[in-house]
Amino acid sequence: MSTDSLTITSATGVDVKLAIAGPGSRSHAFIIDWHIRLLLALTWFAIAAYVQTGVFYLRGKSAGAVAAITLLPAMAIYFLYHPLVELAMRGRTPGKRMAGVRIVNRLGGTPSTLALLIRNGFRLIDSLPLFYGVGLCTTLFSAQRVRLGDLAAGTLLVHDGDEEVKALAQLGSLSLNSSLDAGTVALGNDLLMRWSDLEPARRQELARELLRRIATAAGSAAGEQNLDALKDRDLKQRLRAALSGHPA
Amino acid sequence: MTPAPRTPSWLAQRAAIWGRLGDSLLTWRRGRLSRQDALKALEGYRGLARDVASARKSLPGSPITAALETLYSSLHAVVNREPRHTRASLRHLYAVEIPATVQELKPYILGVWFLFALSTAAGWGLIHTWPTLVGLVASPEMVRHVEHGELWTNGILNITPSSLLSIRIFTNNIAVTIFACVAGIFYGLGTFYVIANNGLMLGGVFAFTQIHGLDGDLLKFIFAHGTVELSMICLGGAAGVALGESLIRPRLASRRDSLQQCTAKIARLFAALIPLLIICGIIEGFVSPDPDIGWPVRLVVGLANLSLMYAVLSGRFFRSAAAA
Repeated sequence: MSTDSLTITSATGVDVKLAIAGPGSRSHAFIIDWHIRLLLALTWFAIAAYVQTGVFYLRGKSAGAVAAITLLPAMAIYFLYHPLVELAMRGRTPGKRMAGVRIVNRLGGTPSTLALLIRNGFRLIDSLPLFYGVGLCTTLFSAQRVRLGDLAAGTLLVHDGDEEVKALAQLGSLSLNSSLDAGTVALGNDLLMRWSDLEPARRQELARELLRRIATAAGSAAGEQNLDALKDRDLKQRLRAALSGHPA
Repeated sequence: MTPAPRTPSWLAQRAAIWGRLGDSLLTWRRGRLSRQDALKALEGYRGLARDVASARKSLPGSPITAALETLYSSLHAVVNREPRHTRASLRHLYAVEIPATVQELKPYILGVWFLFALSTAAGWGLIHTWPTLVGLVASPEMVRHVEHGELWTNGILNITPSSLLSIRIFTNNIAVTIFACVAGIFYGLGTFYVIANNGLMLGGVFAFTQIHGLDGDLLKFIFAHGTVELSMICLGGAAGVALGESLIRPRLASRRDSLQQCTAKIARLFAALIPLLIICGIIEGFVSPDPDIGWPVRLVVGLANLSLMYAVLSGRFFRSAAAA
């Protein structure tokens, strides 16, 4: 059984391959979520205490009602954050989203309410003895990098491809130039997707090279000087236009 | 030299569709899908499957293919989303599934009760014989109160209001019950420890209060809420033993599948356990520590609570509600 990916044969006959998230991505997501829930709980505590007592903490022997309004919701926020947010966001949390992971069931689908509650119930064991020791050990040594809660609930954490989907949506906004070959379209689109990640000099060089290739294929003579004179932003626009088949 | 293949016409035609699908996906993932949305998602999923297959063939290893595969897997998750619980399925859960699970767990429930009774007797015997060991089962504050001739619960309402006390109690009890269940993943040993520990503590505390002539007061305090509360913890323990057995003697091909099947079944029990534990917590916060409430009221409350537990776990409560 692979520890890196989960392959599911879908009803359409085309398999779905999901990249399994390892302990690093899990810990990353957990730490972000931990900060969020701690911050939310402390914010509630401070505001509720200030509204009732005039200071940001509980004074001496505060009345039961004051303690109840201040402490209980703060504790509820802290302890129920994961189950409630995962249920509301269908297997995601803000931390998971930022870490680029999501929970799926073993068929690659969105997990059921019951499965999400089970994996959260098992946090009592996974968090033992401290700092998710049991959970971390099981993610290190289990076949699909799962903690005990996931094992019992039949869920696992996979990498999310939100960025790629967004990039694809950008591709959808282009009306592609049907005279180009498939490789050029793929390469051009790849360059546009990764534009901001590349060194300016490198991306400009690649864009010029690609534009020359497109111009050659189209039979037009793109002036060397003209391309060399273009600035970074203009090169990107020119490339987008060339892929669309519309001159800039 | 062979000319490079032209961009397949489907790529140009489908790009706009992928863009729309990508946009819709972000919305579909968030909320409940309407019938039209579900049909649209299905249609898009089928179309995308063909596109993924074509892209894998004509653009192998390209970012477009990778992005299409990602979109396909995201759409796969939406299409294969399990339905949310409707009112009918909730009724079915309480009227049929929970009673059936309780029936199935009967041998485990009896076993756990036996273990609990045995450890209670052991705790009683231990502290009755060596009272100095009471520190093992009770906190120093509890011991001090009992040695001064009063229960630690006396005057508790002067310190903590009933509402706060109730919430604290039922939160703790729910955590203990869930822990008694999930600890069963260690081949049942964790559950064994939780139940035996609770039994030892109860027996030990009873023996200590008996030495100081307070056992009647303790029984009076416990009766209204304790019968159901302990039953719930034992039921959680029985679920934990079943969990352990699913690993020791798997009924399916693999231990993992067996564990998952068992967990999905026993987790449903908590839909009944948690509300009943909340009721117990409310009784323990409002009725049990109140010195003005006498035995007759406590007896009625305790028996009513027991009847409610029986009605819920046997499914009678919900079957009669549905019939009405």
